[in-house]
Amino acid sequence: MFNKSALLRISSLLSQPASKNFHLSSTCNEIRKLARLRVVDNSEIGKRAMAEGKPPRCIHVYNKTEVGLIGDRVLVAIKGEKKKAILVGLKQNQKPKVPKFDSNNIVLIDDSGTPLGTRIHVPIPTILRTILKERTHAKGADYTKLLGIASKFV
Amino acid sequence: MLSTTPRLALSRQLKNFRRFATATTTPAEQPVKDKSDTRKNVLEYRQIYPEFLPDPKIEFRNPIREKLERSDMIARRANVDIPEFYVGSVLAVTSADRHSPGKLHRFVGICIKREGCGLRANFLLRNVIDHQGVEILYDMYDPTIKGIEVLRLEKRLDNELLYLRDALPEYSTFDSNMEIEILPEGAPVPVNEIKVKLKPRPWLDRWERKNLKGVQDLELPQRFYDRAKELETPWEKYDLMKQYMRTVPEEEQVEIFSEVQTHLHRSGAAQKLKRKRTFVKPTKLA
Repeated sequence: MFNKSALLRISSLLSQPASKNFHLSSTCNEIRKLARLRVVDNSEIGKRAMAEGKPPRCIHVYNKTEVGLIGDRVLVAIKGEKKKAILVGLKQNQKPKVPKFDSNNIVLIDDSGTPLGTRIHVPIPTILRTILKERTHAKGADYTKLLGIASKFV
Repeated sequence: MLSTTPRLALSRQLKNFRRFATATTTPAEQPVKDKSDTRKNVLEYRQIYPEFLPDPKIEFRNPIREKLERSDMIARRANVDIPEFYVGSVLAVTSADRHSPGKLHRFVGICIKREGCGLRANFLLRNVIDHQGVEILYDMYDPTIKGIEVLRLEKRLDNELLYLRDALPEYSTFDSNMEIEILPEGAPVPVNEIKVKLKPRPWLDRWERKNLKGVQDLELPQRFYDRAKELETPWEKYDLMKQYMRTVPEEEQVEIFSEVQTHLHRSGAAQKLKRKRTFVKPTKLA
């Protein structure tokens, strides 16, 4: 149907990086697989991904329901890599006194729970203190290190 | 004992019939005057204390539960000062936080929604901290709340300011060290007629269909306004039955507010005193 030049033109259009800078689907208020997230720490990979307009996507949620709630661990695809992260602020409605944010925020961590960055530049909900303490076990990963690099609690 | 009162009444009746007649009318007049007072106050009270009115939905009504809730609310108001505020006022809420023991958590923000009745009354505060929009929902009668301060008492043009989520961040940015702005005594609550500029679409809601007064021109193609016009229901304001089902009748409102009036009046007077002099030097006792 198409001649060769038209096909070429279409393929060149598709390969343009500019076409990837916007998304047609609305933001997912619930963290499920393929939900777009926002990195809020100053890790190199996170900063670059956000600056290029290629936000990481959740590819797995480490809980039974597969819906990410505040403090849950997720696996994200960021700049062609797989990284683990913790949800530190959600867009969806929360219980009374738990803050609700305008974006779905994550902080990247490694397998032992150490954050990849050294600073978090948005406020962090205080409820994370309790949640992350509960999730930390003596011999497993220590997630409370994340609280140490937070700049402000809300 | 029993025979004395009728005899006394009889003797009084014999003594001065006219006086007796006036004596019966004056107690009757007194409540009438009170009632007209409360009726006047009801208009004021239902603005200031909307949570005292029950949910008008028939299936949720339960007079005994409502009465118990009201007494609980008054008991709570005796302990913590819950001031008059409206959607659009800037509040500071201080609460005890289970997650950071020994510390009080203070959050400053603009009230963008207020709903619920009875003990379930709540309000939503919004602020932008470090370029990040944050919202916290507070239950008004939550026992962990240590105090609610009204930093700026004002109203806005709309009943809900949820569109601030889609507005430019400067409209919902408030300094956490903001000082209390004191209104001159006896002045009505000012209405802030600011028109908010929204960010370009996509939005969280179809604001063009909400008939908002506090936003600037939305700059949408004409088809959006056409569709909004198709979907609006201008006849609803003439639907008396719908209005009746949505509201609590005035007689009931008078009844409710006359029941709680004395307590509210006391707390209101206390508030005014507090507004006048915020710091009272502690005196040494004994």
